[in-house]
Amino acid sequence: MTQQLILYPLLLQMLLAIILMFFWRKINAQRIISMFGSLAHLAVSITVFAFIWNNGTQTVQAGSWEAPFGITFIADTFSATMVLLTSIAGLAVSIFSSGSVIGDRLRFGYFPIFHFLLLGLTGAFLTGDIFNLYVWFEIIIISSFVLITIGGEKAQLEGAVKYFTLNFLASMIFLTAIAVLYGLTGSLNMADLANKVAAVENRALVEITAILFLIGFGIKSAIFPLYFWLPASYHTPPSAVSAIFGGLLTKVGVYALVRVFTLIFVDDVFLDQILLVLAIFTLFSGALGALVQNNIKKVFSYLIICHIGYMIIGLGMFTEVAIAGTIFYLVHDIIVKTNLFMISGLIYRIKGSNSMRALGGFYANYPKLSLLMFIPLFSLVGIPPLSGFWPKISLITASFESGSYWSLAAIIFASFITLVVIAKLWAEVFWKDATEIPVRPKFRYFHAIKNIKRVQIIVPIVFLSLVSLYIGFGAEHIQTLSARIASELMDNQQYIDAVLNTQTPE
Amino acid sequence: MKTLILKTASNYLLPLLLVFSVFILLRGHYLPGGGFVGGLIAAIAFVLHAFANGLDNTKGLLRFHPGFLMPVGLGLAFVSGLAPVIGLDDPFMTGLWFPEPFPVIGNVGSALFFDIGVYLVVIGVTLTIIFTISESA
Repeated sequence: MTQQLILYPLLLQMLLAIILMFFWRKINAQRIISMFGSLAHLAVSITVFAFIWNNGTQTVQAGSWEAPFGITFIADTFSATMVLLTSIAGLAVSIFSSGSVIGDRLRFGYFPIFHFLLLGLTGAFLTGDIFNLYVWFEIIIISSFVLITIGGEKAQLEGAVKYFTLNFLASMIFLTAIAVLYGLTGSLNMADLANKVAAVENRALVEITAILFLIGFGIKSAIFPLYFWLPASYHTPPSAVSAIFGGLLTKVGVYALVRVFTLIFVDDVFLDQILLVLAIFTLFSGALGALVQNNIKKVFSYLIICHIGYMIIGLGMFTEVAIAGTIFYLVHDIIVKTNLFMISGLIYRIKGSNSMRALGGFYANYPKLSLLMFIPLFSLVGIPPLSGFWPKISLITASFESGSYWSLAAIIFASFITLVVIAKLWAEVFWKDATEIPVRPKFRYFHAIKNIKRVQIIVPIVFLSLVSLYIGFGAEHIQTLSARIASELMDNQQYIDAVLNTQTPE
Repeated sequence: MKTLILKTASNYLLPLLLVFSVFILLRGHYLPGGGFVGGLIAAIAFVLHAFANGLDNTKGLLRFHPGFLMPVGLGLAFVSGLAPVIGLDDPFMTGLWFPEPFPVIGNVGSALFFDIGVYLVVIGVTLTIIFTISESA
């Protein structure tokens, strides 16, 4: 049964979504199935990760059609890590959802759609076929559109329209790029494409295709001129939805960028320069945007954009150290951003507001919770030894080595602004004296909900904070992992060999 | 719509269209057709019936909520994809076929069950959407 081990996270997620659909109206059953299912998914993902770590890259040719004709599923260390992170964030948000999302939303199929979203993410990380990647992106965008609109408040619909329009545009550009690429090479298998694109003589066309991919994935991962949909929409849905969006949706765009630009479009100085410039602008604009916001969720939304810049800058420098920094940052960022949005949800539950000006007095009233929230907030800033600090060392080292001092300046500037933003947030929300916020009559406050719900809200935050602490204090392990992923990514031949040389088992 | 001609015709057209949808479903492996188109035709049969006889009558005819067909169809497609993994340890969605063709139906394999799953999902989705819209209209 180990032949198809790498497909099990995918199949389990699909099974969960289908089972949950049978329990459409029974939301308590859905809560339990989702939580235990996510736990099982975490176990499966850990098994897959351990297997890949010990045995190297694994492939499955779906339907026994041999590569490059059929659809290949491939798990190298990068994919396995991303699947593992998805299941960690998925478990946390699943528990958080059952505590914090109100029944009216759950009755419209919140949990099945949530698991379809996780299915799409897992599929996108595991596929080795570029058209199949597009299909998984579609599953992600459709599920996320349902999740963002579920509940149907006015602000939500407004955010959803912006979100959907731009993401749909991104999908269309992505599809166009695939069409051009197919016209050039006659193949869709990524490993096969890597071979064939290298042999195409019309380099200008290859570059244009690469730019199309960059625009398509760029909109999805919210890099510099294409990020406007993100702060316009991420603060509108419930915090549980924002958490999974903020943690994973932009990162799947980054994953696709890293995959495509380390496997298919490699050794192109022009593209690397463009990536660097875009990354620098992303860092600047995200950081400056975060400075002027008042709503906590909007601050976090801009910080997502800002920190996407760190990952793209590593990709732009394209040295092994820089890619390792990108991967480390990705690992750190998925956990922390998911956690931050859950924290904004907790603050909202306690006070009924997310406005920094109105909030205050958390440290005096909730010292233990404040200490808990301290961990992800300052992990994000990268106070050593917390988790955000370590990847920046790799990125700064890499920019010194490659002599790109603009990137160095941007990295330090963005870190500094992040520090200012988080310090401001800490001063406003935690240290400032509590102000009177008018009590909302129908709002379900944190102190008024059942104990079990409170546990369900707090436990995932504790869980992800512990993971963050592990990434910070066990940085050596994550660094080893990132270095291994970076060396695999820099040597795309092993990926190609793994896909094209495998024989389908008789 | 209360016209006698449409009402009488739809009573005959419903079974006819359903049989036709199954025919389209079965010929879909090598020829144009398949679960998606078949499902649409079957859904149209019910929509036509609802036009002529009213939504409530069609719902009475169906006996269950069409949305229920979605997880059933998905489950069937999922199991047909999973069968080779469980049975033979072959990759996911490998086609399994009976060696001899069946009379009338032709070759039967896991791909057929996948298509039947698609057929059910399409009926479920289409009818749920159309019924919901016409209820709220």
